[in-house]
Amino acid sequence: MMKSTLTKTIISLSLGTVALMSSVANAQGNSRDTITAVGSSTVYPFSTVVAERFGKSTSFKTPKIESTGTGGGMKLFCASNAINTPDLSNASRRMKKSEFDMCTKNGVTSITEVLVGYDGIVVANSNASIQMNITRRELFLALAKEVPAKDGSEKLVANPYKLWSDINPALPANKIEVLGPPPTSGTRDAFAELVLEGGCKKFVWIKAIKKQNKSKYKTICHSVREDHVYIEAGENDNLIVQKLSANPKAFGIFGFSFLDQNSDKLQGSIIDGQAPTFDAIADGSYPVSRPLYFYVKNTHVGKVPGILEFLKEFTSQGAMGEEGYLTDKGLIPLGEAKLASVRQNVLSLTPLALNK
Amino acid sequence: MINLKDNSKINKMSSTARTTTLSTTEKVTLSLKKRHQKERRFKNVGLFAVLFGFMLVVVLISDITAKALPAFHQHWVKIDMDYKANWLNIDGSSKQSILAKQMKKANYRSALKKSLYLMFPTPSGKSLSRKDKRQLFKLFSSNAEFTLKDTLITTPEHLNKQISVWVRLDDDVDSYLKEGFASGEAGLRLSKQQAQWIKQLASAQRIESRFNFSFFTASDSREPELAGIRGALTGTLLTLFVTLLLSFPLGVAGALYLEEFAPKNRWTDFIEININNLAAVPSIVFGLLGLAIIINIFGLPRSAPLVGGIVLTLMTLPTIIISSRAAIKAVPPSIREAALGLGASKMQVTFSHVLPQATPGIITGAIIGIAQALGETAPLLMIGMVAFIVDVPTSIVDSATVLPVQIFLWADSPERAFLAKTSAAILVLLTLLLVINLTATVLRSKFEKK
Repeated sequence: MMKSTLTKTIISLSLGTVALMSSVANAQGNSRDTITAVGSSTVYPFSTVVAERFGKSTSFKTPKIESTGTGGGMKLFCASNAINTPDLSNASRRMKKSEFDMCTKNGVTSITEVLVGYDGIVVANSNASIQMNITRRELFLALAKEVPAKDGSEKLVANPYKLWSDINPALPANKIEVLGPPPTSGTRDAFAELVLEGGCKKFVWIKAIKKQNKSKYKTICHSVREDHVYIEAGENDNLIVQKLSANPKAFGIFGFSFLDQNSDKLQGSIIDGQAPTFDAIADGSYPVSRPLYFYVKNTHVGKVPGILEFLKEFTSQGAMGEEGYLTDKGLIPLGEAKLASVRQNVLSLTPLALNK
Repeated sequence: MINLKDNSKINKMSSTARTTTLSTTEKVTLSLKKRHQKERRFKNVGLFAVLFGFMLVVVLISDITAKALPAFHQHWVKIDMDYKANWLNIDGSSKQSILAKQMKKANYRSALKKSLYLMFPTPSGKSLSRKDKRQLFKLFSSNAEFTLKDTLITTPEHLNKQISVWVRLDDDVDSYLKEGFASGEAGLRLSKQQAQWIKQLASAQRIESRFNFSFFTASDSREPELAGIRGALTGTLLTLFVTLLLSFPLGVAGALYLEEFAPKNRWTDFIEININNLAAVPSIVFGLLGLAIIINIFGLPRSAPLVGGIVLTLMTLPTIIISSRAAIKAVPPSIREAALGLGASKMQVTFSHVLPQATPGIITGAIIGIAQALGETAPLLMIGMVAFIVDVPTSIVDSATVLPVQIFLWADSPERAFLAKTSAAILVLLTLLLVINLTATVLRSKFEKK
């Protein structure tokens, strides 16, 4: 009894495997009915909301959004024009010239750029302690790997600062302890560019280096200290939020949407005299904000159903507009006029040209 | 062992002749207490280790359960919806068939807004300020308009009537109600004004807490009040189905060949070492392999359970082969010899004697492998299964995610209410694991009896 059933099971399982493999060959057709997007984890929370509403309110399938990081997304997006490559790629920064060239080399020459809105980056702490009022220069001194010597000479030394009050006596006499994203994160790139470099530039002699040696300037201004003062807390911003409420002396670096969602527990530090509020980021007075984009492969429009309709939904007033549902998720909207021009550009699928 | 009689004799001896040197038996007696003590100590340490482990499990499960509980119920609110045709942008005088079409495309959002503003008149009779309107509308789930749409489509006679409809509250309000703030006081993301509205609704018996069925029937959503695990659960089952279908026959066949048929030489030794090493390879490596070979070379679709299943097969195969070989090895050689002696062929010996005896062990190995595959996220990251997918997969080539990925994605979402969802999804994953293990136990005992 045993023998025959087991043998049969094994044989039928093996047959099933073969059948399975052959069925896949059929599934590999030349068409696809779901829009696929890849890219930045910062844009992910916004594009997923649009995708969900799009799926519910139209007869098209709900687009599939993968969170691969901006760079990883570009690689997939630029691989080729084949139908099994993604249609859209989310990016928490503008497409780089090198990426555009990679796309061109692989035949992806017609790309539409969509500016979605802005995202603020905040330095926040638990609202059980006091709100910090800090400048970008002070943040650079607190977090850079090498900083100008204290005596004012034009020399770089390993970052000696241990307490906030060492940098500026007006700041609290607490240990500098900052939780932030790891180097793989787009948030980290943006923080380095907007905050550290922004503070770094305030030293005239460092700024002068930029003209002579750009890569040296970048190393000085973008390197984060590695002596456990800046703690890499992984890509999970919720974890940082939890750690901040447990440790009121620590600060965290993350996107504005997390501050917005946890405003009962956290407060954003005032940077260069501006608190990170929705309005301050929208009108550009808060210094640390970055644009969010996504890119469309024009050759897929018409081949994959619904792309144009999806773009229409994404760029509509109800979504990206000042009172759209994306702002509820923490997106800082474009102005009225800017939105109109973006929408017009996008719906006519104007190809992107990067000549930087 | 010293029996009682001997014991008493020794006692007598030792008391009478204390001055003489100790005999072996006396030494044994004297050290007996110490040795017993040692044994007791060891037993206690062992017991402590078991209890400690058990306690950790209890703490973990109860912590997760406590955090998950809020996810299982959801607050609903009754609103007075005015299905006015002109608010909905519907031409009420058109024919039945055209009406149905119009109802699908009608503007429910604006009709809902207008109905809500009517429900909350200001004391002075003036209309609400722009800011208040926005705040009020935020109290209700963004899905409310779709609920209203479905209601009207199923019962078209509601058109131009005022009807009470239950809709979900927004996740912020839901969390606020669950965390038990003083009624009417600002809390979480709710302002004082919003809290007052909620108080007003609650006192009119318009708010109700219901069991959250949609957690099991809905798929992923960016709105915590709508998100469910059906898509991820289906994806998990499809992926595991593929994994089992591929890894079980392959693993058992490999183990049988290596144990029963393969000649013992350098090549088989080499293969054996490699299998053992494969079992220890970090799972993300298999994901990279899947991306490079299965997707890029064979051109299978990204994010499909089929590809996930193949990658997980690579990961579980060594586990299954190793444990199957151990089970086959444990079958007494006398059985093989007896069968061979009676004239059975090698094939007959293997399939009618060795395999049935080894089945319980093989099944245990397969289940351990599958359970391991159940919890994997890392290899799936590379092949695109870490994605926002709303439609429930219906075949192994549809896009899908799996439960651990769903947990990972929810844990990463900014909305507070996803915390509870995360824990609830973990509970579901643990339950699934328990079911798989139970099945294994039942199957094993069934085969053992035979």
